[in-house]
Amino acid sequence: MHDVKIKVSNFSLSYGDVPAIKNVTMSIKANRITGIIGPSGCGKSTFLRALNRMNDLILGVRTSGTILIDSEDILQKNVDVVHLRRRVGMVFQKSNPFPKTIFENVAYGLRIGGIKDKAYIEQKVEKSLQAAALWDEVKDRLHKSAFELSGGQQQRLCIARALAVEPEILLMDEPASALDPLATLKIEELIHELKKKYTIVIVTHNMQQAARISDFTAFFMLGELIEYDVANIMFTKPRKKITEDYITGRFG
Amino acid sequence: MMRMRTLTQFFGFFFLRTCALFVVLILALLLGHIWQKGSGSLSWEFLSAAPRQGMTAGGIFPAILGTLCVTCIAAVLGMPLGIGCAIYLNEYAADTALTRVIRISIRNLSGVPSIVYGLFGVVLFVQLFKFGTSILSAGCTLGLMTLPWTITASEEALKNVPMAYREGALALGATKWQAIRTNVLPYALGGMITGTILSLSRVAGETAPILFTGAAFFLPELPKSVFDQFMALPYHLYIMSTQHHAVAKVRPLAYGTALVLIGLILALNLAAIILRARLRTMKKE
Ligand SMILES: Nc1ncnc2c1ncn2[C@@H]1O[C@H](COP(=O)(O)OP(=O)(O)O)[C@@H](O)[C@H]1O
Ligand SMILES: [Mg+2]
Repeated sequence: MHDVKIKVSNFSLSYGDVPAIKNVTMSIKANRITGIIGPSGCGKSTFLRALNRMNDLILGVRTSGTILIDSEDILQKNVDVVHLRRRVGMVFQKSNPFPKTIFENVAYGLRIGGIKDKAYIEQKVEKSLQAAALWDEVKDRLHKSAFELSGGQQQRLCIARALAVEPEILLMDEPASALDPLATLKIEELIHELKKKYTIVIVTHNMQQAARISDFTAFFMLGELIEYDVANIMFTKPRKKITEDYITGRFG
Repeated sequence: MMRMRTLTQFFGFFFLRTCALFVVLILALLLGHIWQKGSGSLSWEFLSAAPRQGMTAGGIFPAILGTLCVTCIAAVLGMPLGIGCAIYLNEYAADTALTRVIRISIRNLSGVPSIVYGLFGVVLFVQLFKFGTSILSAGCTLGLMTLPWTITASEEALKNVPMAYREGALALGATKWQAIRTNVLPYALGGMITGTILSLSRVAGETAPILFTGAAFFLPELPKSVFDQFMALPYHLYIMSTQHHAVAKVRPLAYGTALVLIGLILALNLAAIILRARLRTMKKE
């Protein structure tokens, strides 16, 4: 068995008075890819954003329960969210490169972390771009605007940017939903490669994708965790009827 | 049926176009009139010399200098204050009843008559801060006047920066201020500066706010520090056209002054327009 990296217990979240996540308990394993599936609006993004406290930005969000990362409860008020977000990186659904050069995008997290050593930054940028399988495509134009890249490249740039700060966990919210099949394939291969070093939690609305890349799969509906199992079992012998209906596409 | 609609459309456009042309026409007439009456008095001496012989000859250099000085002070005060306020309102302050009141107050400030700003300036800067009637007091009063426009324009500029830039930075472990400083302000600054320049161009031509706070009828010497009184273009224009002992005689000089003032303001507007266009092309790249 693998170590548990994130342990979520009785976790609930509401936007004002509207509950979005209801009493979720699950353990996420280290160096594994955990896929989160479920119909639109079921709380996948909300759950993901709870893992690095990005919901803090939204007014009136209330949480209960605990989320332990390496046995530290990250929901506590006194948790240093800046430090937490360095440990728990995030890649957004819509790739969001900054209007800076490719190099500066990747170096951003290092610079705001107070690193000034130029040689170190250069080396780190190269390593991160290599890890994101983007280096060969951009090494001759590192100082060009990130907006010149294609959609798939931009998303891999965002992955490289997240990797540069050396997180332990990588959260991905439908990272390939806006990409063509070829770019999607590249991202999937990349994610597969990344699990050697990182614990990955990925939201996807694409059933085939979840089946292809995830080791464990969690099925959410209306804010509740309906079923959570090894991906193989989930996609072949789901225990619940409703899960089966969903993964076979009998409802959307 | 069809013809009826085409006809309505034709007259609709005709009417709208006439309205638009009318506006242009008024501006053109105004500028043409001032140019015709005032261009004769434009000369190097007019721009670089002081008035002579009871302001019936010589130039308007002290007034140009005075207006430039108070505008600069207005910028130095208004820009940081306005931009700071906009950052607070847009990035930090929660959307509460209080911030809504603040926002409404700011909007309403732009409707306060300029003479009221003048009186306020007397109380605050001349008397309370003991700046005296001076370039500093007048500049600060004008600076306050720019605030509502600067704040509104700056807030707009901040809103135009995509939320994703802030979130992206925070997700990489930036503090809120780091995210704002490195990933929001650089992209909003152009819009903020454009807004500030435009609001400066609005107040540079104001007479009422500087009337009691430091502008002088006539000064034999240039001011030596910001605590001295000064001459200013709009006030000089007012004197030349209404208060002078030989109004008819100095009329060309008054028109010349008007021309210089308009030129100055157009230059400021032009700077803002160029800056904005430059930023737009930069954004596209
Ligand atoms: N910022 C927000 N404020 C209020 N409600 C929200 C907010 N974000 C999401 N929600 C609500 O929470 C529920 C879950 O949304 P989300 O986590 O985005 O779902 P998913 O990612 O599975 O599509 C939805 O009903 C949505 O309307
Ligand atoms: Mg979502």
